[in-house]
Amino acid sequence: MATQTPYEVLGVKPDASAEDIRKAYRKLAKEFHPDLNPGKPAAEARFKAVTAANDILSDPEKRARYDRGEIDGSGAEKPRYSYRPHAEGAQGWKYRPQGEMDAGDLDDLFAMFGRSGARAGRAGEGFKMPGPDRQFTLTVDFPLAATGGKQRLALSPGEWLDVTIPPGIDEGQVLRLKGKGGAGFGGGPPGDALIEMHIAPHPFFRREGDDIHVELPVSLAEAVLGARVPVPTVTGPVTMTIPPGSDSGSRLRLRGKGIHRKRRGSETIGDQYVTLKVMIGASGDAELAEFVKGWAEKHPTDPRDAMGAGVDPGAADKAAAS
Amino acid sequence: MIGLDELTRRFAALDSVELTRWIENRWILPDAEGGRWLFHEVDVARVELILEIRHEFAVDDEAMAVVLGLLDQLYSVRRQMRRLCDAIECQPPEIRAAIRQALPKVGEEP
Repeated sequence: MATQTPYEVLGVKPDASAEDIRKAYRKLAKEFHPDLNPGKPAAEARFKAVTAANDILSDPEKRARYDRGEIDGSGAEKPRYSYRPHAEGAQGWKYRPQGEMDAGDLDDLFAMFGRSGARAGRAGEGFKMPGPDRQFTLTVDFPLAATGGKQRLALSPGEWLDVTIPPGIDEGQVLRLKGKGGAGFGGGPPGDALIEMHIAPHPFFRREGDDIHVELPVSLAEAVLGARVPVPTVTGPVTMTIPPGSDSGSRLRLRGKGIHRKRRGSETIGDQYVTLKVMIGASGDAELAEFVKGWAEKHPTDPRDAMGAGVDPGAADKAAAS
Repeated sequence: MIGLDELTRRFAALDSVELTRWIENRWILPDAEGGRWLFHEVDVARVELILEIRHEFAVDDEAMAVVLGLLDQLYSVRRQMRRLCDAIECQPPEIRAAIRQALPKVGEEP
């Protein structure tokens, strides 16, 4: 149960004068003094309580501190349950006023700044903040990545943007589109759209810097006799001349058919390299086999000659037999 | 967390009928568990706050509702401000410096 206040112990009113307190104490102290009440523990306890109450109330300074709630009835410093650290701590949200924004809603917080600016009579001069950037990824075909152009990107359901892609973008490159991000706060500018570019792998084009490489299959006749053949480039097919007697692996250059791009004011132009791949394409053709047999007997050659003495023309046969 | 008995033991001036009314007024929001009230630290501190306002400033129930409403709004603003300060604290030094620079001094026209 709640303990008595020192005033209650002495049986005086809280506004009692010092003289009243002194009289009350004298009377009670006499009544419960242990020497006058031998063997009565209850009396002794009352005497102690009366003395403690008098200690506080007879001293004007202690009495004032007790009245302010700074010390308790035994004269000990009273713990203060200050509300502020609780109210401002995590538990304080429990007593938030109706309509207070949620802990996670920063937009409302910024909206509050906007209002305070308007109230101060500086319309349009409130809290301004750029909108957030938005991130996207966009995958484009190889030729478009090489030549540049436009591709449509869905920003959100029903919101489309034609992205202008510069020639020769790199895999993983990020394009920044100014003002295409989230809306600004309080009249601030919108954020940017950050578009991470990806290039779809192509069945035959390959890029090395600003040059494009392609492997071109040619027939035995085209390789031996020479020919003019169509070659795909990123801007469409062109005609290329294959010189007579071209070997498989020969590399031909189509000047200026690589990536054109402007870099720091000056334009750089890449080339396309075409590597020939001779296709015999006639396995089991008896006529060709017969002809080559006769031709080879008249023209003995060793294409591995350049590899030096370490390679014995018969070594492959021996290896296959073992 | 403490129960009603412990709470009344802690505050000699607390009357349980009065406390019941505060809870009915939703000034104090203890947890109710198995027909008992359980008071968190924030609730205990708030009980003391109300006791002080009630007895030391002789504020009656009607005025108390207004006082608590204003106090709750004040602490709400202070919590929001703390969140904003925490957010600023996470920023790189140059951004914090720019914010400090942009803050008008007290009494200065922004």
